[in-house]
Amino acid sequence: MRKKYIVGFPVLGNYYIPIYNFLNNIVDKELVEVLMPNKITDETIVNGAKVSPDFVCVPFKYNMGNYIEAIEKGANVLIQAGGGCRYGYYFELQEQILKDMGNDFIFISFLEEEGLNIKKLYNKLKILNPNLRFSEFCYQGGLAVSTVKIMDDFETYMRNNYNLQINENEFDKIEEEMLNDILKINTLSKLVKFKNKYVKKLKQVNLRKINNDDIKIGIVGELFTSMEPFSSFFIEKELLNYKCIVKRYTTVTYLILQKGFAKKKVMKKASGYIDYHFGADGPETIAHTLELIDKNYDGIIHIKPFGCSPEINAMPILQKISREKNIPIMYLTFDEQTTSTGIKTRIEAFYDMLKMKKDQNYANIKEEKVYE
Amino acid sequence: MNKQKGYIGIDIGSISTKGVIIDDKNNILASEYIWTEGAPIKATKKIIETFKNTLENNNISLDIYGIGTTGSARNLIGSILNANVIKNEITAHAIGTLNTFPDVKTILEIGGQDSKLIIIRNGIVVDYAMNTLCAAGTGAFLSSQAKRLGVNIEDIGKIALTSKNPSKIAARCTVFAESDLVHKAQIGHTKEDLIAGICNSVVQNYLNNLGKGKIIEDKVVFQGGVSKNIGVVKAFENALNKKIYVDDNSHLMGALGIAIISKNANKNGNKLDFDFNIKEVDFKTIGTECNGCSNNCEIINIYKDNKLIDKMGGRCQKGNMIKKIV
Repeated sequence: MRKKYIVGFPVLGNYYIPIYNFLNNIVDKELVEVLMPNKITDETIVNGAKVSPDFVCVPFKYNMGNYIEAIEKGANVLIQAGGGCRYGYYFELQEQILKDMGNDFIFISFLEEEGLNIKKLYNKLKILNPNLRFSEFCYQGGLAVSTVKIMDDFETYMRNNYNLQINENEFDKIEEEMLNDILKINTLSKLVKFKNKYVKKLKQVNLRKINNDDIKIGIVGELFTSMEPFSSFFIEKELLNYKCIVKRYTTVTYLILQKGFAKKKVMKKASGYIDYHFGADGPETIAHTLELIDKNYDGIIHIKPFGCSPEINAMPILQKISREKNIPIMYLTFDEQTTSTGIKTRIEAFYDMLKMKKDQNYANIKEEKVYE
Repeated sequence: MNKQKGYIGIDIGSISTKGVIIDDKNNILASEYIWTEGAPIKATKKIIETFKNTLENNNISLDIYGIGTTGSARNLIGSILNANVIKNEITAHAIGTLNTFPDVKTILEIGGQDSKLIIIRNGIVVDYAMNTLCAAGTGAFLSSQAKRLGVNIEDIGKIALTSKNPSKIAARCTVFAESDLVHKAQIGHTKEDLIAGICNSVVQNYLNNLGKGKIIEDKVVFQGGVSKNIGVVKAFENALNKKIYVDDNSHLMGALGIAIISKNANKNGNKLDFDFNIKEVDFKTIGTECNGCSNNCEIINIYKDNKLIDKMGGRCQKGNMIKKIV
């Protein structure tokens, strides 16, 4: 027999693993089953787009697809944790649409209108475990945040050094193992052990030094398309295939732990271009772009979902920066299309351009592309 | 007999297919421009057939040392022709144009489904923009509106030049442009004014979409199928207040570029296995679903004389056949 409450939640990159682990650690296992969500596929977005308003940004549609998949698997408690821009208003609309479709469920939003309120969140989550003590809730919450922080540190390290590996695919194996191990973390001491284990493992991976002719590309822009690879047609992986060095700033750790403190720094960095913080991640996009230019990156890719207003606000400023600092910036907009052909063409051309610029010689375009 | 070295470049666009054969010095020995009509393989066969006839008529015999494909069907045709280079059209266009105009600084390109703006400084591509999400303001829009007005697409340019007072047509979105056009036609605007209006709207759309934030400097070269439309060329000159260069071969630049890239890519100088009698070879494509995961990628299987030569279309390598290009 199935449990009374079955919990489903949307996917964002690999973060569904620590979220799953957090929920599993706090719920009453006699009462609640937490569903491990599927990774996003074509079907997710097709189903999600079917029931979403046409002009809403694409993260909404992905979330809806995830909810529908969860409901099909029997979920009757759905969770939303998004916020920051108009994403923060999405949960009410999503709840209404899903209820209008005839589904019966409890909808829990992690954030309030004013932001995170730990006491209120505790009361909301008590439904999944009536005996949950506040101290235990705080302990597990802190543990989850620390897990995400450590996971982000590792993933960022692997991403930044991916093409510096001497033996191919070592990082892929470590990542897979690491994600599985996250599911075993339920105490602080286990987290410390986890951290030590993977610090050691990552140190053992032999890296080469960055050469002057390595192409360095930075990715800036909206958070969902930055962090969920499916929504950007795996743009990072695509760039890594070209043996580029790829950097992006946006991670969950950055958003929940660092962004608040970095605001002053961001505004200082972007001064001369903007006078006030115009919301969401737009000013961060500008500051990060300037930082990447300082670090001698060769090109920058700006990504956003169709209709994302904070990033649209940032674009004219990026265009100005591109002109003044002589750095190519490619703008990509994602919506619900499922073919990646157009994006692949643009990425290939962008890479070719940077490569030619570096070589200053057309005859030297290396033909090492494996086509599929 | 000592044969000359030849390099084939084919640019298979959504609307038209372009092909050239060049020699060692990048001179065009044969070229062809035909409609793709949704059948890229057939169009390519036709082009190779024309090459064969042109070469025979001019008494040139060639050994092929490079085959390059570009354009939206580049992977399919590259596989069929066993190309040594498959490259995106942006790179191909830039290199083709630089060969013809070494001092070019801005390339405007409008094709059937897409448009590009390529910024070049000192012979190096430094920035580019390509339309995203929608095909407004491209050749497809022009040809559908020509059909609506009952004129040949080839005549649009000439008719537009006769207009003294071009109609104002909304430029942002093709759907709005079309309703603007219909309304103005119904209240009595003349055909030449409407056509000139369409040409202006294509240019406005292009500059609003791609020109945003980019500095357009002399020398400006305009190419792609739409560059054959003198009405659009004039509209660009008026909007930019600059001289616009259009080469006689402006429609072939992508094909020329990819031929040059294929020449440069063949470093070890080996002759490629290529037969001009490709018309007799039977190519078939069969679509299947991968079913390896819930993405259910559509895989295209390519058969040459009933023998599987390539598989593509999958998101991961599971359903694809991996073929390495040197």
